[in-house]
This record gives sequence, C-alpha cells and structure tokens, in this order.
Amino acid sequence: MITYGHHRFPGKLFVVEGTDGSGKSTQLSLLYQWLKAEGYPVFFSEWNSSPLVKATTRRAKKRRLFTPTTFSLLHATDFADRTERDIFPPLKAGAIVLADRYIYTAFARDVARGCDRAWVRQIYSFAVRPTVSFFFRAPLDVAVDRILSARPRLKHYEAGLDMDWADDPEESFEIFQGKILGEYDRMVDEFGLTVIDATRSIEKQQREMRAIVKKHLNKEGAAPAR
Amino acid sequence: MKEMKFYGTPLPDVEQEPYTGKLIVIEGADGVGRSTHTALLRTWLESRGHAVLDTGMTRSVLAGRGIKEAKQGHTLGRLTMQLFYATDFADRLENEMLPALRAGFIVLTDRYIYSAIARAVVREADPSWVRAIYGIALVPDAVFYLNISSAEELVTRVLASGRGFDYWESGMDLYLGEDFYDSFVEYQTRMLREFERMKKEYGFRVLDASRSINRVAADLRRAVARVIDEGAIATQQQPAAGPKLRSVS
Repeated sequence: MITYGHHRFPGKLFVVEGTDGSGKSTQLSLLYQWLKAEGYPVFFSEWNSSPLVKATTRRAKKRRLFTPTTFSLLHATDFADRTERDIFPPLKAGAIVLADRYIYTAFARDVARGCDRAWVRQIYSFAVRPTVSFFFRAPLDVAVDRILSARPRLKHYEAGLDMDWADDPEESFEIFQGKILGEYDRMVDEFGLTVIDATRSIEKQQREMRAIVKKHLNKEGAAPAR
Repeated sequence: MKEMKFYGTPLPDVEQEPYTGKLIVIEGADGVGRSTHTALLRTWLESRGHAVLDTGMTRSVLAGRGIKEAKQGHTLGRLTMQLFYATDFADRLENEMLPALRAGFIVLTDRYIYSAIARAVVREADPSWVRAIYGIALVPDAVFYLNISSAEELVTRVLASGRGFDYWESGMDLYLGEDFYDSFVEYQTRMLREFERMKKEYGFRVLDASRSINRVAADLRRAVARVIDEGAIATQQQPAAGPKLRSVS
C-alpha cells in the first residue's frame, strides 16, 4: 500500500475544499471547462459518488443509522472506491483529475463530530496527495447565509442534528459549520492548503485558480512528471 | 465487572463504564468449522441459562447488505472492501456488541478483527494502517483460534461440505493461480501465515481443529466455562435490564 505523499503518478490532482456555501463547486466546474477547452485530458470526481456505497449511505441517512464512527468509515469506503476507480487510473495514465471535496472534508466533518483527529487521518493514509488543494475560505456567516437562503430545509446529518448540539436545525447547522471551519483553518499549515478568499468575485477567484493550476501543467496535454 | 479496554483509539462518545458480559471470539480460516462451533456453543450456553448474542461479519444493519451486493459485482477494489468491512464491524460493535455486553450477555462472535486484518495484509494493505482502523475494537475476554496446519486440510473440508470453492475464499481477486483450486491453496496458505503471526500478538487460545467436531466442541465448552466462571466469582450480580438492541428488519 502506497501512502499519502509517496505516490509517483504522471498525472495531476487538483482538489477544492471549503465549507458548504463557499462556492468551491462553481469554481471547480469553471476550471474544468477551461482545462477541457485547452485540450487536457481531464476527469472529475465528486465526494460521496461511489456507485458501490451509494445505496448504503442513502439508507443509513434515511433511517438515521449512523454514529460518528460509522459515518466516518462509510465515507472513507466511498472515498476508497473513488480513489481506486476515478483517481488512481487517470493519474497513472497522466491525466488531470479534479476532485470536488477530498480527504480534508472528512478530516473536518468527522473531527467536528468527535472522531479522533489522528485516527481519521490514519484511515485516509492511502490517499494521493493532491498537486494543489484549494481551500475556499468564506466567513461563517456568509457561508451559512448562502446555504440557508438556497435550501428549503436542512437535512438531518447535514445540519449535524445527530450530535444534539441544538434542537433547531439552523442553529445546529451554524454550530457544526463553525467547528468545520475551525478544523479547516488548522489544516492550512498541516497540509499546505492554498487559501482562496471566497468573498471576492467569482471571476477574480477563477483567475487566481487558473494562474496557480497553470504553473503545474505543460503544453503536451498530459501533465509532466515532477 | 470488567473495565472496557480498546486496542487503540477508543470509539468517540462511548461510555466506557465497566461491563458484566463476556466477549468471546471464535477465529480461524475459511472452512475450519467456526460457524458450526459458534452455533454449538450458543445452544450450550443458553441451556446453561446465559443470554447470548451471536454476530459475525457482514451481519450489520448498516453495511451488511451493501457488502454482499458489492461482492457480487466485479468492481470492488481492495481498499474499498476493507473499509466496507470496517464499517460493518463498527456498526455491530456500537449497536450490538457493546449494548449486549453492558446488559450482561455473552457475545459470541464468529470472526473478529483478526480475520479482517489478515485479509487486508494478504492484500498488501499496510499492517499498521489496518490495525489503526481496528483500534476501535474492544479487547475480547477470550479469542479461540481453531488451528489447522495446512491449506490442503481446508481443501478436504471444502470438498466434504459439498459447496465447492468460493470466489473470495479462494482469493480470486489476487490472481494467485490458474483456477479456484490453485488460488484457494495459495490464498489460504497466506492467510494461515498471517493468523500464525497474530497468535502471540493477540493472545489467541489455540485449539487443534483437525480433530472431530465433538472433541473440539468439548474443549471449547470447557474453556468457555472457565472464562465465564472467572467473571462470576468476581461479581455475583445479575443484570437488571435487557440490552438496548436495535431491531433487525
């Protein structure tokens, strides 16, 4: 098993991270359009997208079967499937992989739910270290407002209602997001996350992102080995 | 009463109060007779008046069905499989085993973390990685390992059972041989080697499983009785309430 930081793949992996409502998915899809237009072979991989695990997650959410530990482990299972299916092969083949949420999402959420920090990091030690990890940082109130105005109703686990922090979903969500943001902030140095100020205009953020990504690419389409 | 002791990082949010039950593990290779002996033990324990919960891999409410379905296809990767099994284990630990132990049940488990660790290591997982994941596991009161000397002996049992070679029990995902037979022998040989390594590390109580079912069962009953009686001398109290078990639908 090759562990974090030790994989040697010719491809490049760019990931976006941040709290809900930080605008990271929008930025990643803009990046995707640009890379495709430039002629790079590019693949997209989303959090919670494993076809093998999907039915189990859906059922567990509906029937509220999760504890913090099983929530963490099932999401790690989902991520492992993504890694084995969508991330290793294209990276080996020299393509660009874009990931909407990566291991740092698990580190933030699971630790916010009370899982041990070192234990969660161990579980994900098989993951490929990204070429660049963008952390879209928005102040808590901005991110929370974006989500609350866009959603008619918060879901049980999304709001962190399983943790009994508050009875009111919005209040619970805000507490949860605050803890998550705190975990992200401590990961900036730990994992060398590239912080993007998510309060600026979409265009400005995208320009900054493209400039950073460009530095890691070459002209041939397939990205060069380090 | 016994203090809860975990192999590594304990579960978050779990009250670590002492428990009155017993966690008894039956481990061993595929086809060695674990499920037969688990069933015999259960009947015997119940006849002696003990409340028993028996459990085993892929029986969790959360992940059991998902694992079985994933194993039917051809896209289940190694890391994914190992983490799926860990999810299954954690769900059973938190929602079945721990509540039952607190309520004074004898929990009989057909396999525990050791089979999961062996399978992962044989599949080239980092041994410290898989041990760290299973650090959430409670240290059992006893681990009985049904010992067999060679994979060839397991072959005899697979043939005798009439069900033939299973894809996963033959390690066909590892491309170890030309056919199920060759692969089974090689895979089970590697598994036995891993179990061998774990005997000391985890303090397995080894039983010679090449003998007749009756003789192995008699040994097991004697050994299990000792494990139960050790506790009974220390605490003479009976649990007041039944376990809070989740209903299985």
